[in-house]
Amino acid sequence: MIKLTDVHKSFGAQKVLNGLSLEIPEGKVTAIIGPSGEGKSVLLKHIIGLLQPDSGRIEVDGESILGLRRSQLNRIREKFGMLFQNAALFDSMSVFENVAFPLQEKTKLTRDEIHRRVLSALEDVGLKNVEEKFPDELSGGMKKRVGLARAVVLNPKIILFDEPTTGLDPVIKRAIHHLIKETHAKFGFTAVIVSHEIPDIFDIAQNVAMLYQGEILQHGTPDEIQASSHPVVRQFISGSLDGPIHLG
Amino acid sequence: MFTPVQAIGRLTIGYVRELGRMGWFILYSLYMIARRPGHPLYILKQMRFIGTKSLFVIVLTAAFTGMVLGLQGYYTLAKFGSEGMLGTAVALSLIRELGPVLSALMVTGRAGSAITAEIGIMRISEQIDALETMALDPFKYLITPKFVAAMISLPLLCAIFDVVGIYGGWLVGVKLLGVNPGAYFYEMEKSVVWRDVYSGMIKSFSFGMIIAWIGCYKGYFSGHGAEGVSRATTESVVLTSVLVLVWDYFLTSILL
Repeated sequence: MIKLTDVHKSFGAQKVLNGLSLEIPEGKVTAIIGPSGEGKSVLLKHIIGLLQPDSGRIEVDGESILGLRRSQLNRIREKFGMLFQNAALFDSMSVFENVAFPLQEKTKLTRDEIHRRVLSALEDVGLKNVEEKFPDELSGGMKKRVGLARAVVLNPKIILFDEPTTGLDPVIKRAIHHLIKETHAKFGFTAVIVSHEIPDIFDIAQNVAMLYQGEILQHGTPDEIQASSHPVVRQFISGSLDGPIHLG
Repeated sequence: MFTPVQAIGRLTIGYVRELGRMGWFILYSLYMIARRPGHPLYILKQMRFIGTKSLFVIVLTAAFTGMVLGLQGYYTLAKFGSEGMLGTAVALSLIRELGPVLSALMVTGRAGSAITAEIGIMRISEQIDALETMALDPFKYLITPKFVAAMISLPLLCAIFDVVGIYGGWLVGVKLLGVNPGAYFYEMEKSVVWRDVYSGMIKSFSFGMIIAWIGCYKGYFSGHGAEGVSRATTESVVLTSVLVLVWDYFLTSILL
């Protein structure tokens, strides 16, 4: 389980997380929704220790990840996989090398075994015959799928998805969501998805947390969130221009 | 709004913080090199980029530097009737000073800027974050191989610079201006001692470290977007060039 307690984070004068508390249950898919610029990606980066909060506690499986030495933090990070918003593929490596990289560096598998695992991971995300291509030769959807293959190849316990479908067409979007659902069913990892995809995200997630003004405004099952009477949640779900959420 | 005193204080704190971060960066890099210098394959790849690919520009610059030294040296020495000392003048200028400094400045322009741009792009496209999320230390994969490669490549490039430069001086002095070929090399052999050679090598080694340090540091902490990387690249070249010249003065005063 991932537990955040009273987390505060500011960048200069801008307060991004303002006493945020959230519990992310093990083995479930939790979606973080909320307007753009509210700190959802910042929240993900805190969970994996890429950013340190100004105050508060962050625990992964009961262990605090704050104030650790790099080696201690890396031991916790080994539980994680992460799919970045723009996939963050290594642009000097081919698709095969990108997916093989964590296996080469973190396991003692033989070359043949790595080869087999990479092809299997790529097949799981619906990619064939792209192993020799480089990231700049791939479409946005393909990059995300390679990123997903790289994130799951070590069978991590927890996977963080940072806006996995932003900027994709509706068909690819649906395919990526289906893929996340399928890989989650297959591997049973804990998933945290930052997404704006309303209402699609309600089909994938078992828990939904709405982030607004640096705090978790509401947290519950997709049905509970959809039935919420809170004006901010209602406006965000309906996409209405009228309500407490102001543009800019 | 800040008062002038507050503004100066703010600026000072900013510079001190930046210096501290730079100090931490090089200390951590050296610590990592001592602990695990990086995969030999990564180091060789970087040596190919920093060293081998700089060869053409090094040879070209060295040849013309040597030729200019040949010309200038000849006309100065001729005033005292000491043309025979041309070999010594060219060799000592190159080995002690111009070889290390000019090869470092050439590599800064060619490879230092590229190192900053490469790491800066990896930073803004979250590739460095991706490494960290895989529980891998970016220093091991990106930084230390560049440090090791630069510290090995620079002395080698400097040696090539010296040799080519000496033959450039020979071409102008002996072949064009008629200096005795025996005197050119004999006087050189008599005057150049090992101390001259290794002081040049020490300089090159430390310049290699400066190039990798500033190149990697500026890329690692580059600002946002293409503009941030572009600014970091410019700052990297300017700062490295200045540091090479400043450090050269202090090192020369120690090694003399």
